[in-house]
Amino acid sequence: MNILEAVLITIVTASTPLLIAAMGELVVERSGVLNLGVEGMMVMGSVSGFAAAYMTGSPWLGALAAIIVGAVFSLLFAFLTLTLVTNQVATGLALTLLGLGLSGMLGEPFVGHPGVRMDNIHIPGLSDLPLVGGLLFGEDPLFYISILLVIAVSWFLFKTRAGLTLRSVGDNHGSAHALGIPVIGIRYLAVMFGGACAGLAGAQLSLVYTPQWVENMTAGRGWIALALVVFASWRPWRVFAGAYLFGALTIAQLHVQAIDLNSLGFLPGPFYWLLAALKSVPTQFLSSLPYLATIVVLVLISRNRRLTMVNTPASLGRAFVPDR
Amino acid sequence: MKKLLFALTAAAAMVMAVNAQAADKLKACFVYVGPIGDFGYSYQHEQGRQDVIKHFGDKVETTYLENVSEGPDAERAFERLARQNCNLIFGTSFGFMDSELKVAKKFPKVMFEHATGFKTAANMGIYNARFYEGRYVMGQIAAKMSKTGVAGYIVSFPIPEVVMGINSFMLGAQSINPDFKLKIVWVNSWFDPGKEADAAKALFDQGADIITQHTDSTAPLQVAEERGKLGFGQSSDMIKFAPKAQLTSNTDNWGPYYIKRVQAALDGTWKPDNVWLGIKDDVVKLAPFTNMPDDVKAMAEATEKKIAGGWNPFTGPVYRQDGTEWLKDGEVSDDKTLLGMNFYVKGIDDKLPK
Repeated sequence: MNILEAVLITIVTASTPLLIAAMGELVVERSGVLNLGVEGMMVMGSVSGFAAAYMTGSPWLGALAAIIVGAVFSLLFAFLTLTLVTNQVATGLALTLLGLGLSGMLGEPFVGHPGVRMDNIHIPGLSDLPLVGGLLFGEDPLFYISILLVIAVSWFLFKTRAGLTLRSVGDNHGSAHALGIPVIGIRYLAVMFGGACAGLAGAQLSLVYTPQWVENMTAGRGWIALALVVFASWRPWRVFAGAYLFGALTIAQLHVQAIDLNSLGFLPGPFYWLLAALKSVPTQFLSSLPYLATIVVLVLISRNRRLTMVNTPASLGRAFVPDR
Repeated sequence: MKKLLFALTAAAAMVMAVNAQAADKLKACFVYVGPIGDFGYSYQHEQGRQDVIKHFGDKVETTYLENVSEGPDAERAFERLARQNCNLIFGTSFGFMDSELKVAKKFPKVMFEHATGFKTAANMGIYNARFYEGRYVMGQIAAKMSKTGVAGYIVSFPIPEVVMGINSFMLGAQSINPDFKLKIVWVNSWFDPGKEADAAKALFDQGADIITQHTDSTAPLQVAEERGKLGFGQSSDMIKFAPKAQLTSNTDNWGPYYIKRVQAALDGTWKPDNVWLGIKDDVVKLAPFTNMPDDVKAMAEATEKKIAGGWNPFTGPVYRQDGTEWLKDGEVSDDKTLLGMNFYVKGIDDKLPK
């Protein structure tokens, strides 16, 4: 395994949870609901995925449990914001706080135990190919699921009638309602899909990324996923690109720090100077790059109103009461 | 009206009785910066509290607050405990310092203790642990065990405590192999298992074959285990996560200190103290030496003993990174310099972030 392949594989592992969680949130927001509870649902997925895998010995049951718990947990949000019409921002924040606290309490007996790891797949022949073998054919199963998820969501939203309906609910819930579309029902389903994805993303952390359970182990990834959706201006393939950009930034800066410039004298001048320049940048700045990138994108898209209008679900975050 | 008055008086009397009863018993309270489930820093303080419970049983009542953020928020936590009749309060994180001091001045009868800080009051003492002592031993082991002569060091923030640890580790390694190399990666977080694991992978990919960390999670060691490499645990014994990779672990063992201070409070001899405890006090404790040959183990044990006997790893000759002399031959660094350490020793190839 050469260093380039090693770096790429690390980037894939770091990007997958962001991608899965963000794909879920994308569908939720496309239906017009803003759920800021991603971090909370994710961490609930981490703890339930770990617990189920630990008790049954099967990482697959762990992933399944995380999906179910994520979806059920998001129902709480759906009930409050859709049925009781509470404020979505406040309810989402509350969901995050609740998830962080509840997961810590439920997960207490699992602290300090090594978990069950979901093994990477291995296809004889293909996985052993030089350079691309490990990268394309030897990843963990959740990586493949995340790619399928992007394809599926993209197809669903833009190529199916159901997807069109969901987007219409997000763009103008009043008109959708007038046409007889069950706005609330569709939003319930969308929120649960988002919860299921967040749960699975959390399980990726506790089953693949770092197979263990510790409190707050999501460490803010739910927030990055939320930022990603905006960063990608609500387009599935841009979410994909964004997730990998964020992952690559994180991993690249760790590698730049560890590089010994003295041993790289053989590199062509420009490459050497680029690395030297990167190495001289404060690490705190590099760590904050994903967040800075999001701010830059927000500034750029808000400059062009038409561009923003095209993609932003017009009813995003707005309360809907059917009889009004 | 009379009846009501009577009821109120009775109620007040009962409250006072309960208070009086509570006051008879010592109540020791703890404030943690992280969750007790972090299996790291806060977890170890919680273990110390458990030791107090085990040691004193019914004689002492204890309670704790976890996940208390540093800064102004902490003030409410300390005040709440003081109002809940805590007699002895331990604030276990550096960032609680000013808040705890403020509350200490407000409640002169309550005894306060603050970990890793430097401000004291008539009723507030400070305590700290010399974690660098353990790191010196770890540096020696790393230099003996490494085949590539390169170790990776995953670090959180450039505060003196962390810089002191890096320097001590490096001095230990250099005492065995003068050309030993250290790759340092700052993850800018105390606790982010994913990022810590990524840093460990990056370090292994770039030629390190042993890693150590000054962050809190077990993730880096798990990576070492997966890759068939070696590493050191942090704060708690992490052998379960890396049975083939953990060489030893620099564990925090607060139990003995907490028991001593609770005893003093019970005896009425408690006075604010200023202590910096280490291997000799059993507060810094190295987990069993594993996954190494007997001669390395013997060397590690000998160094541990030497430090327990009072030898300081920061004993000259030691040079700063720029080559200037810091400690003359035989000169021992004073604690003040260590507690404010903001420079690397010679041989470390990294720029200290400011």
